[in-house]
Amino acid sequence: MEEVNNLMGGFAVAMTLPNIMYMLIGITLGVLIGVLPGLGGANGIAILLPLTFSMDPTSAIIMLSCIYWGALFGGAITSILFNIPGEPWSVATTFDGYPMAQQGKAAQALTAAFTSSFIGAFFAVALITFLAPVLAKFALNFGPAEYFAVQLLTFCSFVGMSKEPPTKVIVAMMLGFALAAVGMDTVTGQLRMTYEFPVLLKGFDFLIAVIGLFGIGEILLTMEEGLAFKGKSARLNPKVVWETWKTLPKYWLTFFRSTAIGCWMGITPGGATPASFMSYGIAQRMSKEPESFGKGQIEGVLAPETAAHAAGTAALLPMLTLGIPGSPTAAVLLGGLMIWGLQPGPMLFVEHKDFVWGLIASMYLGNIVGLLVVLTTVPYWAAFLRIPFSVIAPVIVVICAIGAYTVHSSMFDVVMMMVFGVVGYLFKKLKYPMAPLVLALVLGDMAEASFRQSMLLSQGDVSIFWSNKLVGGIAGLAIVMLIWPLLGSIKSLFSNKAASR
Amino acid sequence: MTTPNHQEGDDRDDSPVTLTRGPELIVGLIIMGLATLVITDSIRVGIGWGDEGPQAGYFPFYIGVILMSASGLIVLTTLLKWGSATGVFATRKELVPVFQMLVPMVIYVVAMVFLGIYLPSALLIGFFMRRHGNFEWPLSLGVSLGVPLTFFLVFEKWFLVPLPKGPIENMLGF
Repeated sequence: MEEVNNLMGGFAVAMTLPNIMYMLIGITLGVLIGVLPGLGGANGIAILLPLTFSMDPTSAIIMLSCIYWGALFGGAITSILFNIPGEPWSVATTFDGYPMAQQGKAAQALTAAFTSSFIGAFFAVALITFLAPVLAKFALNFGPAEYFAVQLLTFCSFVGMSKEPPTKVIVAMMLGFALAAVGMDTVTGQLRMTYEFPVLLKGFDFLIAVIGLFGIGEILLTMEEGLAFKGKSARLNPKVVWETWKTLPKYWLTFFRSTAIGCWMGITPGGATPASFMSYGIAQRMSKEPESFGKGQIEGVLAPETAAHAAGTAALLPMLTLGIPGSPTAAVLLGGLMIWGLQPGPMLFVEHKDFVWGLIASMYLGNIVGLLVVLTTVPYWAAFLRIPFSVIAPVIVVICAIGAYTVHSSMFDVVMMMVFGVVGYLFKKLKYPMAPLVLALVLGDMAEASFRQSMLLSQGDVSIFWSNKLVGGIAGLAIVMLIWPLLGSIKSLFSNKAASR
Repeated sequence: MTTPNHQEGDDRDDSPVTLTRGPELIVGLIIMGLATLVITDSIRVGIGWGDEGPQAGYFPFYIGVILMSASGLIVLTTLLKWGSATGVFATRKELVPVFQMLVPMVIYVVAMVFLGIYLPSALLIGFFMRRHGNFEWPLSLGVSLGVPLTFFLVFEKWFLVPLPKGPIENMLGF
């Protein structure tokens, strides 16, 4: 029960007065970010990251991860009250959440959403508590070849699991790798792809890409829909919360299934968004009354929210243990760790025990604090959305510009943010996924380093990637994920032939 | 704000101004151009083995090649399906507000280069409130001056993070 002892130590780190304060600030900022269009978990944290450079890393990561929990909670508020998903992962919540609000059951829907978010996150944190140390210990034996194989698996899973066309996933990913390679090569010191432009010397920062793609891009996309926000009002009183809680235990199977889906999709880089859709779909298929879904069925709120929160939380497991983030937001947190001089990966569990366990303990506390905060403050957040978009939109643009500038105090970054914003809009319209681009931009240097080290070890022989059972297994799985879409199309080709016969 | 929730019976002008195929082709070609840049520069720095193992262009070269083939495939399929393409990129009603946002945003960033962040921010917020929000002058002025002032206090005074300043701030002695 070493984990329990470590966790208790972690609680001692997290439960100091300043850290609880940072938690509250983080949750509040997070819900605000989740409620406002154009600001989300990933770019919200990216914008605030430079402000935390001077803070103690443990307090900083506690605050930033609490922003993440807050954003996960906040996404549900807009989905249910306004039929506007504040975050991509709460799209599935609108299907039944908004009909419930229309029927005057907004309070029940919100209580259900917050509670299931909490349950999903709680089990995912428990999973992290017990699985992370094991995985980290296991990963201590990894060499460069194993690392590259894991990274390959991460990227191949994107191709296999995205609903976007595989060619576009690959393009987005390779663009990320190419952008990561711009600037000085860390091994040879040579300049790559700078084409004599001095501004390109330091390369492209993924924080700028995140702010542009997810912030400016979303604003442009939101503009398309016109600016009429017509919301339902909600007042949560303890009685409704209690009444709703009493009905929840009978959905234990839905919770269990959704948590499992969420944890799986979070650890493999499927992410919260596909997890929420998948969980909704399965809940509908397994339901005794599937036709009631989409018309205000409470299970239709429980399933996607549980899965999204579980996935969002579980995405931190590979980030902490292997240094490979499972979602764009986890990628931004990883970037933060590296800026504070903490190299994520198995050594983190050995060298910075306090930090890791403080973070894990703060996940438990942060979610409890988050649940209490959102349950008590819902009406105020809804009021935020009554501010007309003609005020909110330019203010968010200003916030994004400040965020982009403060990363390196460079005007060029602000210009790049605009470019990434337009790219984000075009990518969204043309169904290019953005998560692989961001992850490749973050992991590019690391993946290249482990690839080159492997090649050095083997003197350029690619067979190092199947030289032993472990690396061969991971690499093999990666190949399967890569050709998964191909298998699917072959299968449908055959079944079409069979059908036409 | 991810998927458009068009309500039925929407009275907006849904006439498509652009089919998806046009932007699809242009984006595909731009990416192919970028791939060319990646490949040529990787060849310049060397894609083989040097004295210390793989040269600087070793890894990016293959990235460029994969990028080229994937984007080439997208361009090719777009061209092959050109005649039968029906996907709508955006309608006029959708594109007009996008440009109403995009154009001021670009002007804002350009202005920031010369004037610092505070004045352009105030102008951007004021412009939107007057032009699109139909707010009265007092409120518009209050918000558009108040927001940059708040950011000034939070960033420069509280967190001590300097933001870009222009001639006007210099005149005021910052």
